[in-house]
Amino acid sequence: MFKIEKKEYLASNIVLMDVQAPRIARNALPGQFLIVRADQDGERVPLTICDYDAEKGTVQIVFQIVGAESYRMAQMEEGDCFADFVGPLGRPSDLCELPLEELQAMKLCFIAGGVGTAPVYAQLKWLHDHGVTADCIQGARTKDILILEDEMAAVSNLFVCTDDGSYGINGNVCVALQKLYDEGRRYDRVIAIGPMIMMKFVCQLTKELHIPTIVSMNPIMVDGTGMCGACRLMVGGEVKFACVDGPEFDGHLVDFAQAMQRMRLYKTEEGRLYLEAQEGETHHGGCGTCG
Amino acid sequence: MANNMMLKVPVREQDPLVRAKNFDEVCLGYNKEEAEAEALRCLNCKNPRCVQGCPVSIDIPGFIQKVKESDVAGAYAVISQSSALPAICGRVCPQESQCEGQCVRGIKGEAVAIGKLERYVADTAREMGIRPTPPSVKNGKKVAVIGSGPSGLTCAGDLARMGYDVTIFEALHKAGGVLVYGIPEFRLPKEAVVEKEIENVKALGVKIETDVVIGKSAKVDELMKEEGFDAVFIGSGAGLPRFMRIPGEQALGVFSANEYLTRSNLMGAFSPASRTPIMHARKAVVVGGGNVAMDAARTALRLGAEVHIVYRRGEEELPARKEEVHHAKEEGIIFDLLTNPVEIHADENGWVSGITCIRMGLGEPDESGRRRPVAIEGSEFDIECDCVIMALGTSPNPLIASTTSGLDVNRRGCIIADETTGASSKEGVFAGGDAVTGAATVILAMGAGKAAAKGIDEWLSGKDA
Repeated sequence: MFKIEKKEYLASNIVLMDVQAPRIARNALPGQFLIVRADQDGERVPLTICDYDAEKGTVQIVFQIVGAESYRMAQMEEGDCFADFVGPLGRPSDLCELPLEELQAMKLCFIAGGVGTAPVYAQLKWLHDHGVTADCIQGARTKDILILEDEMAAVSNLFVCTDDGSYGINGNVCVALQKLYDEGRRYDRVIAIGPMIMMKFVCQLTKELHIPTIVSMNPIMVDGTGMCGACRLMVGGEVKFACVDGPEFDGHLVDFAQAMQRMRLYKTEEGRLYLEAQEGETHHGGCGTCG
Repeated sequence: MANNMMLKVPVREQDPLVRAKNFDEVCLGYNKEEAEAEALRCLNCKNPRCVQGCPVSIDIPGFIQKVKESDVAGAYAVISQSSALPAICGRVCPQESQCEGQCVRGIKGEAVAIGKLERYVADTAREMGIRPTPPSVKNGKKVAVIGSGPSGLTCAGDLARMGYDVTIFEALHKAGGVLVYGIPEFRLPKEAVVEKEIENVKALGVKIETDVVIGKSAKVDELMKEEGFDAVFIGSGAGLPRFMRIPGEQALGVFSANEYLTRSNLMGAFSPASRTPIMHARKAVVVGGGNVAMDAARTALRLGAEVHIVYRRGEEELPARKEEVHHAKEEGIIFDLLTNPVEIHADENGWVSGITCIRMGLGEPDESGRRRPVAIEGSEFDIECDCVIMALGTSPNPLIASTTSGLDVNRRGCIIADETTGASSKEGVFAGGDAVTGAATVILAMGAGKAAAKGIDEWLSGKDA
């Protein structure tokens, strides 16, 4: 069950995997996510879906090694199996529900940051299959960690930018969006997926530019089915659960300051476990929580 | 020779001071001598009121008679006619308001300890290796059961005994529903009790597919049209947590009891071996007075916290089982009754630093028959704490109802189902347990699962005729 069919490093700390999960492959739509557990003692980790192939029964995930759990997942090889692989969870992008004519008439700009590129790819590919080629700004800190560039370019009008100017437009995704806007490009909607800080700044800019903006939130979760409430966030003054009400929300209504604060909840514990996982027997302090 | 003692044979428990620091089971149960002595207190009434008090109508005097005769296998067989999960029910049923509440011995003195005897029979039978036997004849019909909690396991077990080919779909990675994610280890051991009871259901031929979220991974209509299931039972429980909607609820250190308990119970976060983190609070305030509140409070206590239960009504109105309240007090949980939270405060880093509460008085009875709590103006006061756990009850998850055509729900989101047959508004789809009633008890859900199994059998048999 949930066998890893393919594993590839997209960058030194970013991994792509194709995983056997027929029920998810058959039912997934862009915008949805899944939950994976590496082994019997593992945490439930929410991940976005990059691609899916109903015929082969496989689902593609892309994740960055950021903590103990993703470090362990990255140690798994082709042929290994995840203990659990659940989904598709959350609501699909509402673009999937629009009448095709309306969708084809829309001017869309996607903004992908870091591993947020993976879920953006799922949306762009779906749109491309439905005759829509959207603009897409793909940002990375530096050229070396830019992922899936060819794949993205094949299904969108791609504009790449790097914070350090090592490739493409010199600057972050906001600089790139402002540049496109100044060149006269107008959009009916921006869809931004990436680190929370990036989505926050994109929303500040699009508010000024009066462009409706959708963001995809990835807060702390346990079950991912609406049961625990750990993923709650404030959207337009109301409490929403990212797992069942989202993960996509109107970015201009999301309380980012609070959402970013809530991400810190288990930070020290995660960090401690990460160090332990990496250093194994050689771990003797340094994580801030042990002696 | 009847035992005329007015009081129950006392049951052995872990010392409160010791158990407050571990997750081992609190109640140690009866041994053979104790169980047989207690069994002798049963008068074997001609018209046993205890049976009427049992939602699944176990032949209580019948099994107790077998205990008197030292025939545990016989006692287990009697219980098995009505219940698939006796080791669980013996531990978590609110006996005081059901079987034991009706017992005539309770009029003068204490009722027979029916729950403890049921547990004794189930535990001993398990130790003796007694397993239910699968039916010899299969009828070739397929039934899907959604959810592996008490209602689903009971419905599946009963249908399998009748010869149906049953598959349970469970959204989480472990089967058991609330028995696994909700009720803590110290009250209901997972490996020793819950897993074994589930193995017994599997021994009847029931298949369990975990990691399938019905409504997402597959829809009810797909199960019936594409996967060939002749009927579906929905026992998806009431898993959505409620919050109070008071200021500060988004602060770091505020959890739903569901999250806190799921981390500890399902993910095993109470043990250092688990990689799932859980907050080890210094001082925790648990809001609510039900079993879930007691479970969350006693979990936080075991993880090292001083724990206060804040409940807006009085001692009499606490909805938790009496035994849980008693155990919680013994362990040192502080009860702040007739108290209601007003606002949660956070420090400059966003972490909980305290909670403002208001004192309550009791007014006229409300629709639940309990006296309505009324805030006493100007009585606000602060409790300093670093963690707040909300245990305010739960509602059914809309995932299945919202993705199933023709399935009606009421205004509270509960699936509308016939009480005697479990039939919903959609042909071939039955429902029971908390998904229908809203959050209730394990045994009521089992009763509903049982009724639905009968309803499904009658409906499918009628189709052939």
